[in-house]
Amino acid sequence: MIELINVSKSFTLHNQGSAVIPVMQGASLKAAAGECVALTGASGAGKSTLMRVIYGNYLAASGQVFVGDLDVAKAEPREILALRRETLGYVSQFLRVVPRVPTLEVVAEPLLAVGCDKQAALDKATGLLGRLNIPERLWSLSPTTFSGGEQQRVNIARGFAHDYPAMLLDEPTASLDAQNRETVLSLIEEAKARGAAIVGIFHDIEARSRVCDREINVSEFTPGMAA
Amino acid sequence: MNEYNFAYLDEQTKRMIRRAILKALAVPGYQVPFASREMPMPYGWGTGGVQVSAATLTPEDTFKVIDQGADDTTNAVSIRKFFENTAGVKTTEETEKATVIQTRHRTPEAKLRKDQIIVYQVPIPEPLRFLEPRETETRKMHSLEEYGLMHVKLYEDISQHGAISTAYAYPVKVSDRYVMDPSPIPKFDNPKLEMDAIQLFGAGREQRIYAVPPHTKVVSLDFEDYPFEATKADHPCDLCGAEDSYLDEVIMDDAGNRMFVCSDTDYCRSRREAGHVGRLAEENAA
Amino acid sequence: MTPLLQVKGIEKRYGARIGCSDVSFDLFPGEVMGIVGESGSGKSTLLNCMAGHLEPDAGQVIFGTRADGPVDTVTMSEPERRMLSRTDWAFVHQHARDGLRMSVSAGGNIGERLMAVGDRHYGAIRDRAIDWLGRVEIEESRVDDRPSAFSGGMQQRLQIARNLVTGPRLVFMDEPTGGLDVSVQARLLDLLRGLVREMGLSAIIVTHDLAVVRLLADRLMVMKSGHVVEAGLTDQVLDDPQHAYTQLLVSSVLQV
Repeated sequence: MIELINVSKSFTLHNQGSAVIPVMQGASLKAAAGECVALTGASGAGKSTLMRVIYGNYLAASGQVFVGDLDVAKAEPREILALRRETLGYVSQFLRVVPRVPTLEVVAEPLLAVGCDKQAALDKATGLLGRLNIPERLWSLSPTTFSGGEQQRVNIARGFAHDYPAMLLDEPTASLDAQNRETVLSLIEEAKARGAAIVGIFHDIEARSRVCDREINVSEFTPGMAA
Repeated sequence: MNEYNFAYLDEQTKRMIRRAILKALAVPGYQVPFASREMPMPYGWGTGGVQVSAATLTPEDTFKVIDQGADDTTNAVSIRKFFENTAGVKTTEETEKATVIQTRHRTPEAKLRKDQIIVYQVPIPEPLRFLEPRETETRKMHSLEEYGLMHVKLYEDISQHGAISTAYAYPVKVSDRYVMDPSPIPKFDNPKLEMDAIQLFGAGREQRIYAVPPHTKVVSLDFEDYPFEATKADHPCDLCGAEDSYLDEVIMDDAGNRMFVCSDTDYCRSRREAGHVGRLAEENAA
Repeated sequence: MTPLLQVKGIEKRYGARIGCSDVSFDLFPGEVMGIVGESGSGKSTLLNCMAGHLEPDAGQVIFGTRADGPVDTVTMSEPERRMLSRTDWAFVHQHARDGLRMSVSAGGNIGERLMAVGDRHYGAIRDRAIDWLGRVEIEESRVDDRPSAFSGGMQQRLQIARNLVTGPRLVFMDEPTGGLDVSVQARLLDLLRGLVREMGLSAIIVTHDLAVVRLLADRLMVMKSGHVVEAGLTDQVLDDPQHAYTQLLVSSVLQV
């Protein structure tokens, strides 16, 4: 489902003496349907960069990045947008939403975007928010004013609203209490059970060993310090 | 007679104006620009109408001038005198006998004939002016027949007053093409714009001439659910008893007594001469 | 899927000075594209060329019309282009007073486009005006008030209602949130996003506010000195800018 072949990534800082900073080289990985692959490696090894390259947020310098049949490294913006809408979900560590939109709608939005019936979308959002212990009195408020932990859970609810065939998870269990962590892990297991291919970053070793089938050490793709 | 050229204007100028008139007749409702001359009267006193009349009159014509329907107001008397002096044409107060009628703000009650010409004085010829002040834009709107804005004005009327409150200068569409300001005649007169006589409109300050040829379709703009209505005061004339003529309301005293009289003085006079009497005439007789 | 709008080699010069040059892109139905760049970068010139307010010196602006399929709007007759701009196109100005008739009531402002395309039933026009006031979150009781009595944010929302009432397919927006205070901006952005999705609108938004494009635009074009220096997916261009100028632009934004 997700396959990277010999991907490299570098940043060119035009305004700082055109310094070229290579951050990834020869990255290859595969995640099949129903499989969860964990990215490991020290901080700064390029785990998040790799995720962003798969999501199309960072532009790969070379190589191929397949999600389904689409090579994200070469795709048109609208193809990537369709991919993100239908196929590829991303739970980042930060919630980025339009201010003033109620939490319930924030969570239901990915479903509405794929043409789901409004009531069905809201029902599913209600279920997810309930499972993640967001108090019902907050549902009609914008999440922009919520605490960090609440925002993280809203973000997870939103990420799991639509049944994406492929998902990227960036530290989904960070800063969660035991009960919510358990909920998130079962959400991941449910996603795997329905056949989703997942690539994730888990600092939580216990969680990693519970849901992940394989680990890939990103340090292998980190170029030497030579610039 | 005197040292003026016939009807004051020189022949070249009259020729220029006649060309504009012919063009206006050929394109009903279209505002034809013309080189308006300085006239010996202030703008707003009928300089456009006077120039059109001057270009239209022949020595054989009989000329009548009305102002708000009346032959005896200052404006009407001045213009009548002006052409008596400069053209030496016969003048009359009887609609029936006139061949050229210059008017301000009314159409006579009597049905006009095909051998008559009526000349309207026009202050602002552009019906779109108050909604779109740019002349470049209004000209484009006319040429492309973009007249939605006219209905915006009527919409505003209804939303503010519950009915189309535009009572005069009520916009019309001429011959299914141009939207035209019929000059500030009451909308009561709008249905009369489809007539046997030639109708010419002159705007001196704005330098425009336009026309409605005989038997031309003239439709007053309206909405399906707020159709056009030719309204008048709901009274008979207090002098001649006419029920079908446009009325002026005259306040009689400080106690608020009032009377309604025909605004068309010739129409009222001829009815009274024929023996019709209204409320006041009856009271006086009693 | 065929593009709704194909822009090919648009160039506009002001004498020897370049307004914009060699701009080409396709816009597909439902896509929202942002154009960013500093003042004088040519983004407004480009927008006005596409919307038919300026005549480009070269290039084509091909729009997929409902009746005749793709037509070059640069060479189409003026009546056709004006008809397009009253029906399938909409233009939201930065200053509401450029896009509204300030002496006409809110209802009349919204109704104008309907009357322009031949609606002649007062009651029906008024009902639709009231419906649209609701959709842009203005109280029904304000329908007979003039826009001069409205706040800046309300004026801008009224301008949007006036533009969208005929169900256009392509909306041009010139700094739609410029000049509004931040909370009002947020409300407007939210409203625009909802309308764009609900109506399946395509839109081209010119702005210098990167936060606005991040929230509204799927795609982004970065302009400098009349040229497009970078284009792509909005978040990719903002998070991984390739061109020196874009890097400068992105790094110049103050973090809150």
